[in-house]
Amino acid sequence: MVNAPAGVEGSGFFATSLDKVIGLARSHSLWPLPFATSCCGIEFMATMGSHYDFSRFGSERPSFSPRQADLLMVMGTIAKKMAPVLRQVYIQMAEPRWVIAVGACASSGGIFDTYSVLQGIDEIIPVDVYVPGCPPRPEAIINGFNNIQELVRNESLRRRESPEYKALLNKYGIQ
Amino acid sequence: MGKITNQQVLAQLTSNFEGNFSNVSEPYGLLTFETSREDIMQILSYLKNDKNLSFGYLTDITGIHYPEQENALGVIYHLHSLVNNVRVRVKVFIPVANPTIPTATTLWNGANWMERETFDFFGILFEGHPNLVRILNVDDMEAFPMRKEFPLEDPNRVDKEDRFFGR
Repeated sequence: MVNAPAGVEGSGFFATSLDKVIGLARSHSLWPLPFATSCCGIEFMATMGSHYDFSRFGSERPSFSPRQADLLMVMGTIAKKMAPVLRQVYIQMAEPRWVIAVGACASSGGIFDTYSVLQGIDEIIPVDVYVPGCPPRPEAIINGFNNIQELVRNESLRRRESPEYKALLNKYGIQ
Repeated sequence: MGKITNQQVLAQLTSNFEGNFSNVSEPYGLLTFETSREDIMQILSYLKNDKNLSFGYLTDITGIHYPEQENALGVIYHLHSLVNNVRVRVKVFIPVANPTIPTATTLWNGANWMERETFDFFGILFEGHPNLVRILNVDDMEAFPMRKEFPLEDPNRVDKEDRFFGR
């Protein structure tokens, strides 16, 4: 059960801002796209399973099509040859979109300090939440997801049109 | 144990290519010798097509880099005679300034990707190869990463700077 956002309440009515209602709804119906390349992906499979039950946070439907996904979950080592693919997936996602980098490799390259591995996905796409660990336990992935939910709940509806956001995307050469 | 011994292979090679190969050794029982890029195709062709030897299976082509050597780059062929259950290893050393060697795709189609990989990592140019482009690394990579002059680490890494460790 989710608590109602702050607002004015009286007998028979409840008033709040549209931002908060939409944020509340979005944060509990995030469709994640699991981009799993290695062991962090295995941990995510455990997270999706019945024991940790990722679905209870509203992500009932992992979306394997980027067009319908809200949240890109990058889990695992991203080789430089994979980088254009990941970037393409991100570009195909519709706004608003969020990105979570799960594990040391997706966040920073991890132990793979080498010429063939991308040293963190934030070299090619903007990242909202980083989950540390090698690999992180399902609890850590869920905590990262909760942090994404917090961002989604409090995000202004106009953020995606803001010059700061456009500058951020331009920095990555997107749009 | 193979049907023919390393000595029999060596004897046949000596009778046909006397003086065209050197440094014969048998580490761990694997017959190994060196030759030059002028002779490599003849020797490979003989090893493959000779009725008695029939080294029909090209196990692998790899490269190696010894920067202290005059001919610093090496190309190593591993052949396997499935009929005789015996293997052989052929090495060719070439200079970095002119790293060319004839392609083995004329003998084995399977050499195609092996040579692309060796080109990708060592920059060895296989003359006559139908499509000598990178196979494993990103296309716009400029380095040949397995050569010793190129650093292993990615230069974009920022969390290993000395200031983070109080140095």
